[in-house]
Amino acid sequence: MKLPSQQHGEFYQRDRTIHPPAYAPAYKTSVLRSPQKSLISLQNSLSEITGPVFGTDELGPLDNDLIMNYAKTGLPVGERIVVHGQVLDENGHPVKNALVEVWQANAGGRYRHRNDTYIAPIDPNFGGCGRALTDENGRYFYRTIKPGPYPWRNSVNDWRPAHIHYSISGSGWAQRLITQMYFEGDPLIASCPILRTIPSEAAVRQLIAPLDRNAGIQLDSLAYRFDIVLRGSRATWFENAVQADGPMQGE
Amino acid sequence: MTIMVNQLEYLKETASQTAGPYVHIGLAPKQAGFDIFEHNFGSVLAGPRTKGERIRVEGRVFDGSGTPLRDVLIEIWQANAAGKYNHPADRQKKPIDRTFRGWGRGCSDFKTGVWAFDTIKPGSVMGRNNRPMAPHISFWIVARGINVGLSTRMYFSDERAANEKDPVLNLIEWEVRRKTLIATREERKGQVVYRFDINIQGPDETVFFDI
Ligand SMILES: [Fe+3]
Repeated sequence: MKLPSQQHGEFYQRDRTIHPPAYAPAYKTSVLRSPQKSLISLQNSLSEITGPVFGTDELGPLDNDLIMNYAKTGLPVGERIVVHGQVLDENGHPVKNALVEVWQANAGGRYRHRNDTYIAPIDPNFGGCGRALTDENGRYFYRTIKPGPYPWRNSVNDWRPAHIHYSISGSGWAQRLITQMYFEGDPLIASCPILRTIPSEAAVRQLIAPLDRNAGIQLDSLAYRFDIVLRGSRATWFENAVQADGPMQGE
Repeated sequence: MTIMVNQLEYLKETASQTAGPYVHIGLAPKQAGFDIFEHNFGSVLAGPRTKGERIRVEGRVFDGSGTPLRDVLIEIWQANAAGKYNHPADRQKKPIDRTFRGWGRGCSDFKTGVWAFDTIKPGSVMGRNNRPMAPHISFWIVARGINVGLSTRMYFSDERAANEKDPVLNLIEWEVRRKTLIATREERKGQVVYRFDINIQGPDETVFFDI
Protein backbone atom coordinates (compact mmCIF):
# COMPACT_ATOMS: atom_id res chain seq x y z
CA MET A 1 0.00 0.00 0.00
CA LYS A 2 1.22 3.46 -0.84
CA LEU A 3 1.78 5.44 2.31
CA PRO A 4 -0.44 8.46 2.73
CA SER A 5 1.07 11.84 2.11
CA GLN A 6 2.49 13.53 5.17
CA GLN A 7 2.28 16.87 3.45
CA HIS A 8 -0.38 19.50 3.26
CA GLY A 9 -2.88 18.49 5.91
CA GLU A 10 -4.02 21.02 8.48
CA PHE A 11 -1.30 22.13 10.87
CA TYR A 12 -1.52 20.95 14.45
CA GLN A 13 -3.06 23.46 16.78
CA ARG A 14 -0.42 25.83 18.10
CA ASP A 15 0.45 25.06 21.72
CA ARG A 16 0.12 28.55 23.17
CA THR A 17 1.45 27.43 26.58
CA ILE A 18 5.00 27.34 25.22
CA HIS A 19 4.78 30.77 23.57
CA PRO A 20 4.97 34.10 25.37
CA PRO A 21 1.60 35.72 26.08
CA ALA A 22 0.90 38.85 24.01
CA TYR A 23 0.63 40.91 27.20
CA ALA A 24 3.83 40.54 29.22
CA PRO A 25 4.17 43.70 31.39
CA ALA A 26 7.81 43.06 32.39
CA TYR A 27 8.54 43.63 28.69
CA LYS A 28 7.04 47.11 28.68
CA THR A 29 6.53 47.63 24.96
CA SER A 30 4.14 44.66 24.87
CA VAL A 31 1.58 46.47 27.05
CA LEU A 32 0.16 48.70 24.30
CA ARG A 33 0.98 46.25 21.52
CA SER A 34 -1.00 43.24 22.71
CA PRO A 35 -4.54 42.38 21.61
CA GLN A 36 -6.91 42.32 24.59
CA LYS A 37 -9.60 40.23 22.99
CA SER A 38 -9.24 36.49 22.41
CA LEU A 39 -7.78 35.32 19.14
CA ILE A 40 -10.44 33.67 17.01
CA SER A 41 -9.53 30.06 16.31
CA LEU A 42 -9.57 29.18 12.67
CA GLN A 43 -9.56 25.69 11.20
CA ASN A 44 -6.96 25.79 8.45
CA SER A 45 -8.17 26.40 4.92
CA LEU A 46 -6.04 26.57 1.79
CA SER A 47 -5.10 30.10 2.84
CA GLU A 48 -3.25 28.79 5.90
CA ILE A 49 -1.91 25.47 4.53
CA THR A 50 -0.22 27.04 1.53
CA GLY A 51 2.53 29.65 1.74
CA PRO A 52 5.27 31.31 -0.27
CA VAL A 53 7.82 29.10 -2.00
CA PHE A 54 11.44 30.29 -2.21
CA GLY A 55 14.22 29.16 -4.51
CA THR A 56 18.02 29.08 -4.26
CA ASP A 57 18.24 31.41 -7.28
CA GLU A 58 16.90 34.19 -5.07
CA LEU A 59 19.87 34.04 -2.70
CA GLY A 60 23.34 35.32 -3.44
CA PRO A 61 26.50 33.21 -2.92
CA LEU A 62 27.53 35.19 0.19
CA ASP A 63 24.09 35.45 1.76
CA ASN A 64 24.98 32.81 4.39
CA ASP A 65 28.43 34.28 5.08
CA LEU A 66 28.08 37.24 7.44
CA ILE A 67 31.86 37.42 7.79
CA MET A 68 32.31 38.21 4.11
CA ASN A 69 28.98 39.61 2.87
CA TYR A 70 29.71 43.17 4.01
CA ALA A 71 33.52 43.08 4.24
CA LYS A 72 34.77 46.34 2.71
CA THR A 73 38.32 47.01 3.86
CA GLY A 74 39.05 43.87 5.88
CA LEU A 75 37.42 41.32 8.14
CA PRO A 76 34.86 42.18 10.82
CA VAL A 77 36.06 42.29 14.43
CA GLY A 78 35.06 39.55 16.86
CA GLU A 79 34.86 35.82 17.51
CA ARG A 80 34.36 33.84 14.32
CA ILE A 81 31.59 31.27 14.67
CA VAL A 82 29.62 28.82 12.54
CA VAL A 83 25.95 28.26 13.35
CA HIS A 84 24.29 25.17 11.97
CA GLY A 85 21.15 23.20 12.60
CA GLN A 86 18.10 21.51 11.23
CA VAL A 87 14.58 22.78 10.67
CA LEU A 88 12.11 20.04 11.64
CA ASP A 89 8.37 19.93 12.06
CA GLU A 90 6.62 18.62 15.17
CA ASN A 91 6.51 15.15 13.57
CA GLY A 92 10.31 15.19 13.41
CA HIS A 93 10.32 15.44 9.62
CA PRO A 94 12.86 17.81 8.03
CA VAL A 95 11.41 20.95 6.47
CA LYS A 96 13.19 21.42 3.17
CA ASN A 97 13.44 24.73 1.32
CA ALA A 98 12.63 26.67 4.47
CA LEU A 99 13.84 30.25 4.29
CA VAL A 100 15.98 31.01 7.35
CA GLU A 101 16.84 34.69 7.76
CA VAL A 102 19.08 35.98 10.56
CA TRP A 103 20.16 39.37 11.87
CA GLN A 104 22.26 40.49 14.78
CA ALA A 105 24.40 43.14 16.47
CA ASN A 106 28.16 43.25 15.86
CA ALA A 107 30.77 42.07 18.38
CA GLY A 108 30.32 45.28 20.39
CA GLY A 109 26.55 44.95 20.61
CA ARG A 110 25.70 47.60 18.00
CA TYR A 111 23.29 47.13 15.10
CA ARG A 112 23.81 48.60 11.67
CA HIS A 113 20.45 50.34 11.83
CA ARG A 114 19.63 54.02 11.55
CA ASN A 115 17.63 53.86 14.79
CA ASP A 116 20.37 52.23 16.94
CA THR A 117 22.27 54.91 18.88
CA TYR A 118 24.23 52.72 21.32
CA ILE A 119 27.76 54.04 22.01
CA ALA A 120 29.56 50.90 20.73
CA PRO A 121 30.98 51.58 17.26
CA ILE A 122 29.60 50.37 13.96
CA ASP A 123 31.97 47.82 12.41
CA PRO A 124 32.71 49.03 8.86
CA ASN A 125 33.08 45.44 7.70
CA PHE A 126 29.99 43.93 9.25
CA GLY A 127 26.41 44.17 7.98
CA GLY A 128 24.78 41.81 10.42
CA CYS A 129 22.30 39.95 8.29
CA GLY A 130 22.22 36.78 6.27
CA ARG A 131 19.95 34.02 5.03
CA ALA A 132 19.91 30.44 3.86
CA LEU A 133 17.50 27.88 2.44
CA THR A 134 17.37 24.49 4.13
CA ASP A 135 18.48 21.49 2.05
CA GLU A 136 16.67 18.17 1.45
CA ASN A 137 17.34 17.19 5.07
CA GLY A 138 16.19 20.49 6.51
CA ARG A 139 19.76 21.55 7.29
CA TYR A 140 21.09 25.09 7.20
CA PHE A 141 24.33 26.79 8.21
CA TYR A 142 25.97 30.19 8.11
CA ARG A 143 29.06 31.78 9.56
CA THR A 144 29.27 35.02 11.41
CA ILE A 145 30.82 36.97 14.29
CA LYS A 146 29.48 36.26 17.75
CA PRO A 147 27.23 39.22 18.66
CA GLY A 148 27.83 41.22 21.83
CA PRO A 149 25.25 41.90 24.54
CA TYR A 150 23.72 45.38 24.63
CA PRO A 151 21.70 47.58 27.01
CA TRP A 152 18.17 48.61 26.13
CA ARG A 153 15.46 50.85 27.50
CA ASN A 154 13.04 48.73 29.48
CA SER A 155 14.03 48.93 33.11
CA VAL A 156 17.05 51.29 33.27
CA ASN A 157 19.66 48.59 33.65
CA ASP A 158 18.28 45.86 31.39
CA TRP A 159 20.69 44.11 29.04
CA ARG A 160 20.02 41.71 26.23
CA PRO A 161 22.12 38.55 26.32
CA ALA A 162 24.03 37.90 23.10
CA HIS A 163 21.46 36.69 20.56
CA ILE A 164 20.77 36.21 16.88
CA HIS A 165 17.30 37.01 15.54
CA TYR A 166 15.68 34.36 13.34
CA SER A 167 12.81 34.47 10.88
CA ILE A 168 11.70 31.13 9.42
CA SER A 169 9.28 30.57 6.58
CA GLY A 170 8.34 26.90 6.20
CA SER A 171 6.01 25.23 3.73
CA GLY A 172 2.74 26.76 4.97
CA TRP A 173 1.60 30.20 6.05
CA ALA A 174 0.58 28.94 9.50
CA GLN A 175 4.17 27.83 10.18
CA ARG A 176 5.59 31.35 9.98
CA LEU A 177 7.83 31.94 12.99
CA ILE A 178 10.07 34.66 14.33
CA THR A 179 12.38 33.97 17.28
CA GLN A 180 15.84 34.51 18.78
CA MET A 181 18.77 32.19 19.41
CA TYR A 182 20.90 32.54 22.55
CA PHE A 183 24.34 31.13 23.42
CA GLU A 184 25.18 28.44 25.96
CA GLY A 185 26.76 29.83 29.11
CA ASP A 186 25.69 33.46 28.73
CA PRO A 187 25.19 34.86 32.28
CA LEU A 188 22.65 37.45 31.03
CA ILE A 189 20.18 34.77 29.92
CA ALA A 190 18.68 34.31 33.39
CA SER A 191 17.62 37.94 33.77
CA CYS A 192 16.50 38.78 30.23
CA PRO A 193 12.95 40.23 30.31
CA ILE A 194 12.32 39.20 26.70
CA LEU A 195 13.40 35.59 27.20
CA ARG A 196 11.39 35.54 30.43
CA THR A 197 8.18 36.29 28.55
CA ILE A 198 8.27 32.56 27.68
CA PRO A 199 6.36 30.67 30.37
CA SER A 200 7.89 27.22 29.83
CA GLU A 201 11.41 26.39 30.98
CA ALA A 202 11.74 23.69 28.34
CA ALA A 203 10.77 26.19 25.65
CA VAL A 204 13.44 28.62 26.88
CA ARG A 205 16.05 25.86 26.81
CA GLN A 206 15.11 25.13 23.20
CA LEU A 207 16.29 28.66 22.30
CA ILE A 208 19.77 28.26 23.81
CA ALA A 209 22.25 26.91 21.29
CA PRO A 210 24.90 24.56 22.72
CA LEU A 211 28.53 24.95 21.78
CA ASP A 212 29.26 22.19 19.26
CA ARG A 213 33.01 21.54 19.43
CA ASN A 214 32.89 18.87 16.74
CA ALA A 215 31.35 21.14 14.12
CA GLY A 216 33.86 23.95 14.55
CA ILE A 217 36.58 24.62 12.00
CA GLN A 218 40.00 23.83 13.46
CA LEU A 219 42.20 26.87 14.09
CA ASP A 220 39.42 29.05 12.67
CA SER A 221 35.90 29.03 14.20
CA LEU A 222 33.85 27.63 17.06
CA ALA A 223 30.41 26.29 16.19
CA TYR A 224 26.97 26.43 17.79
CA ARG A 225 24.03 24.22 16.92
CA PHE A 226 20.50 25.58 16.72
CA ASP A 227 17.65 23.30 15.66
CA ILE A 228 14.26 24.81 14.98
CA VAL A 229 10.87 23.12 15.19
CA LEU A 230 7.97 24.40 13.09
CA ARG A 231 4.39 23.23 13.41
CA GLY A 232 3.64 19.75 12.13
CA SER A 233 0.78 18.89 9.83
CA ARG A 234 -1.78 16.15 9.97
CA ALA A 235 -1.26 13.16 7.70
CA THR A 236 -4.07 12.92 5.17
CA TRP A 237 -5.07 9.26 5.79
CA PHE A 238 -8.65 10.32 5.45
CA GLU A 239 -9.19 13.33 3.29
CA ASN A 240 -10.62 16.20 5.23
CA ALA A 241 -12.77 18.97 3.91
CA VAL A 242 -10.06 21.55 3.35
CA GLN A 243 -10.51 21.90 -0.38
CA ALA A 244 -12.87 21.09 -3.18
CA ASP A 245 -10.90 19.16 -5.77
CA GLY A 246 -9.19 16.60 -3.57
CA PRO A 247 -10.33 12.99 -3.35
CA MET A 248 -13.10 11.89 -0.99
CA GLN A 249 -14.51 15.35 -0.76
CA GLY A 250 -17.76 16.31 0.75
CA GLU A 251 -19.59 17.35 3.81
CA MET B 1 3.92 -1.50 40.05
CA THR B 2 3.03 1.57 38.02
CA ILE B 3 2.30 0.80 34.39
CA MET B 4 3.45 3.57 32.08
CA VAL B 5 1.93 4.24 28.70
CA ASN B 6 4.02 4.49 25.54
CA GLN B 7 5.11 8.05 24.95
CA LEU B 8 4.12 9.94 21.82
CA GLU B 9 7.19 11.43 20.22
CA TYR B 10 6.09 14.79 18.94
CA LEU B 11 8.56 17.64 19.07
CA LYS B 12 7.50 20.99 20.48
CA GLU B 13 7.34 24.04 18.27
CA THR B 14 10.19 26.50 18.90
CA ALA B 15 8.91 29.41 21.00
CA SER B 16 8.31 32.75 19.35
CA GLN B 17 10.19 35.90 20.35
CA THR B 18 9.62 39.52 19.39
CA ALA B 19 11.07 40.73 16.09
CA GLY B 20 12.60 43.61 18.04
CA PRO B 21 13.21 47.19 16.88
CA TYR B 22 15.83 46.25 14.31
CA VAL B 23 13.85 43.69 12.33
CA HIS B 24 14.56 45.70 9.17
CA ILE B 25 18.24 44.74 9.23
CA GLY B 26 17.43 41.15 8.61
CA LEU B 27 14.24 41.29 6.61
CA ALA B 28 14.41 44.64 4.80
CA PRO B 29 18.00 45.92 5.03
CA LYS B 30 17.42 48.83 2.66
CA GLN B 31 14.92 50.24 5.14
CA ALA B 32 17.54 49.86 7.90
CA GLY B 33 19.78 52.08 5.79
CA PHE B 34 22.16 49.83 3.86
CA ASP B 35 22.46 47.68 0.80
CA ILE B 36 23.73 44.13 1.16
CA PHE B 37 21.76 41.55 -0.85
CA GLU B 38 21.65 41.28 -4.63
CA HIS B 39 18.00 40.29 -4.41
CA ASN B 40 15.66 41.96 -1.93
CA PHE B 41 12.18 40.85 -0.95
CA GLY B 42 9.68 43.66 -1.18
CA SER B 43 6.17 45.01 -1.26
CA VAL B 44 5.52 44.82 -5.01
CA LEU B 45 3.78 41.52 -5.74
CA ALA B 46 2.49 42.07 -9.27
CA GLY B 47 4.80 41.99 -12.28
CA PRO B 48 4.06 43.65 -15.62
CA ARG B 49 2.49 40.47 -17.01
CA THR B 50 0.54 39.41 -13.94
CA LYS B 51 -3.16 38.89 -14.63
CA GLY B 52 -5.74 40.76 -12.58
CA GLU B 53 -6.88 44.15 -11.40
CA ARG B 54 -3.96 46.27 -10.17
CA ILE B 55 -4.53 47.50 -6.65
CA ARG B 56 -2.59 49.17 -3.86
CA VAL B 57 -3.28 48.08 -0.30
CA GLU B 58 -2.20 50.56 2.34
CA GLY B 59 -2.77 51.42 5.95
CA ARG B 60 -1.32 51.89 9.36
CA VAL B 61 -1.11 49.75 12.48
CA PHE B 62 -2.14 51.48 15.72
CA ASP B 63 -1.22 50.61 19.30
CA GLY B 64 -3.55 50.88 22.29
CA SER B 65 -2.93 54.64 22.61
CA GLY B 66 -3.90 55.29 19.00
CA THR B 67 -0.28 55.91 17.98
CA PRO B 68 0.79 54.36 14.66
CA LEU B 69 3.54 51.76 14.86
CA ARG B 70 6.46 53.10 12.87
CA ASP B 71 8.57 49.99 13.18
CA VAL B 72 6.12 47.31 12.08
CA LEU B 73 6.88 44.65 9.47
CA ILE B 74 4.02 43.04 7.57
CA GLU B 75 3.91 40.07 5.26
CA ILE B 76 0.95 39.25 3.06
CA TRP B 77 -0.08 36.05 1.26
CA GLN B 78 -2.78 35.79 -1.34
CA ALA B 79 -4.21 33.83 -4.24
CA ASN B 80 -3.92 34.97 -7.86
CA ALA B 81 -6.71 36.60 -9.85
CA ALA B 82 -8.22 33.17 -10.57
CA GLY B 83 -8.32 32.30 -6.86
CA LYS B 84 -5.41 29.86 -6.82
CA TYR B 85 -2.39 29.83 -4.55
CA ASN B 86 1.03 29.35 -6.11
CA HIS B 87 1.78 26.32 -3.90
CA PRO B 88 1.65 22.55 -4.48
CA ALA B 89 -0.97 21.99 -1.75
CA ASP B 90 -3.55 23.96 -3.74
CA ARG B 91 -5.20 21.30 -5.92
CA GLN B 92 -8.09 23.45 -7.14
CA LYS B 93 -8.55 23.09 -10.91
CA LYS B 94 -7.57 26.67 -11.68
CA PRO B 95 -4.60 28.17 -13.54
CA ILE B 96 -1.38 29.15 -11.79
CA ASP B 97 0.01 32.53 -12.77
CA ARG B 98 3.78 31.97 -13.11
CA THR B 99 4.40 35.70 -12.76
CA PHE B 100 2.74 35.86 -9.37
CA ARG B 101 4.11 34.29 -6.18
CA GLY B 102 1.42 35.95 -4.07
CA TRP B 103 3.73 36.95 -1.25
CA GLY B 104 5.07 40.32 -0.19
CA ARG B 105 6.87 41.97 2.68
CA GLY B 106 6.59 45.63 3.65
CA CYS B 107 7.51 48.00 6.46
CA SER B 108 5.79 51.04 7.84
CA ASP B 109 7.43 54.38 7.14
CA PHE B 110 9.63 55.47 10.07
CA LYS B 111 7.88 58.87 10.20
CA THR B 112 4.26 58.32 9.19
CA GLY B 113 3.69 54.65 9.99
CA VAL B 114 2.13 54.09 6.55
CA TRP B 115 2.82 50.76 4.81
CA ALA B 116 1.69 49.74 1.32
CA PHE B 117 1.67 46.80 -1.09
CA ASP B 118 1.24 46.88 -4.87
CA THR B 119 -0.56 43.77 -5.96
CA ILE B 120 -3.62 42.43 -7.77
CA LYS B 121 -7.03 41.69 -6.38
CA PRO B 122 -7.22 37.96 -5.59
CA GLY B 123 -10.02 35.72 -6.79
CA SER B 124 -12.21 33.63 -4.53
CA VAL B 125 -10.62 30.47 -3.10
CA MET B 126 -12.63 27.39 -2.14
CA GLY B 127 -12.88 27.09 1.62
CA ARG B 128 -13.58 24.13 3.86
CA ASN B 129 -16.61 21.97 3.16
CA ASN B 130 -17.02 23.39 -0.34
CA ARG B 131 -17.93 26.82 0.91
CA PRO B 132 -16.19 29.46 -1.20
CA MET B 133 -14.28 32.15 0.67
CA ALA B 134 -14.67 35.77 -0.34
CA PRO B 135 -11.51 37.27 -1.88
CA HIS B 136 -9.08 38.05 0.90
CA ILE B 137 -5.41 38.62 1.71
CA SER B 138 -3.74 37.00 4.73
CA PHE B 139 -1.64 39.29 6.95
CA TRP B 140 1.18 38.52 9.39
CA ILE B 141 2.32 41.38 11.61
CA VAL B 142 5.49 41.53 13.70
CA ALA B 143 7.24 44.34 15.59
CA ARG B 144 8.98 45.24 18.79
CA GLY B 145 6.52 44.49 21.60
CA ILE B 146 4.64 41.80 19.65
CA ASN B 147 5.65 38.49 21.21
CA VAL B 148 3.96 36.18 18.71
CA GLY B 149 3.29 37.39 15.16
CA LEU B 150 -0.35 38.47 14.69
CA SER B 151 -2.42 36.82 11.97
CA THR B 152 -5.41 38.43 10.36
CA ARG B 153 -7.21 38.68 7.01
CA MET B 154 -8.17 41.60 4.84
CA TYR B 155 -11.41 41.49 2.83
CA PHE B 156 -12.68 43.95 0.19
CA SER B 157 -15.47 46.50 0.71
CA ASP B 158 -16.80 46.05 -2.84
CA GLU B 159 -17.38 42.29 -2.31
CA ARG B 160 -20.39 42.72 -0.10
CA ALA B 161 -22.36 39.69 -1.30
CA ALA B 162 -19.35 37.36 -1.08
CA ASN B 163 -18.35 38.77 2.31
CA GLU B 164 -21.83 38.08 3.69
CA LYS B 165 -21.40 34.39 2.86
CA ASP B 166 -17.75 34.08 3.79
CA PRO B 167 -17.27 31.16 6.21
CA VAL B 168 -14.49 32.90 8.16
CA LEU B 169 -16.21 36.26 8.59
CA ASN B 170 -19.31 34.37 9.68
CA LEU B 171 -17.31 32.56 12.32
CA ILE B 172 -16.87 35.87 14.13
CA GLU B 173 -19.69 35.80 16.63
CA TRP B 174 -19.68 39.57 17.18
CA GLU B 175 -21.04 40.98 13.96
CA VAL B 176 -19.76 44.46 14.84
CA ARG B 177 -16.20 43.18 14.79
CA ARG B 178 -16.37 41.80 11.24
CA LYS B 179 -15.96 45.27 9.77
CA THR B 180 -12.45 45.48 11.25
CA LEU B 181 -11.36 43.07 8.48
CA ILE B 182 -12.86 44.97 5.56
CA ALA B 183 -10.67 47.37 3.60
CA THR B 184 -12.30 50.41 2.00
CA ARG B 185 -11.98 50.90 -1.73
CA GLU B 186 -10.92 54.36 -2.89
CA GLU B 187 -9.78 55.69 -6.22
CA ARG B 188 -6.84 58.03 -6.17
CA LYS B 189 -5.55 59.56 -9.42
CA GLY B 190 -6.86 56.60 -11.38
CA GLN B 191 -5.31 54.09 -8.99
CA VAL B 192 -7.41 51.69 -6.94
CA VAL B 193 -6.40 51.85 -3.29
CA TYR B 194 -7.77 49.71 -0.49
CA ARG B 195 -7.32 51.31 2.89
CA PHE B 196 -6.81 48.83 5.72
CA ASP B 197 -6.00 50.20 9.17
CA ILE B 198 -5.24 47.70 11.91
CA ASN B 199 -5.85 48.35 15.61
CA ILE B 200 -3.89 46.10 17.94
CA GLN B 201 -6.10 46.98 20.91
CA GLY B 202 -8.88 49.35 21.93
CA PRO B 203 -12.62 49.55 21.17
CA ASP B 204 -12.08 48.86 17.45
CA GLU B 205 -9.53 46.10 18.00
CA THR B 206 -8.96 44.22 14.75
CA VAL B 207 -9.95 40.57 14.77
CA PHE B 208 -6.80 38.42 15.01
CA PHE B 209 -6.87 34.71 14.33
CA ASP B 210 -5.23 31.73 15.95
CA ILE B 211 -4.49 29.89 12.75
FE1 LIG C 1 18.33 42.19 19.19
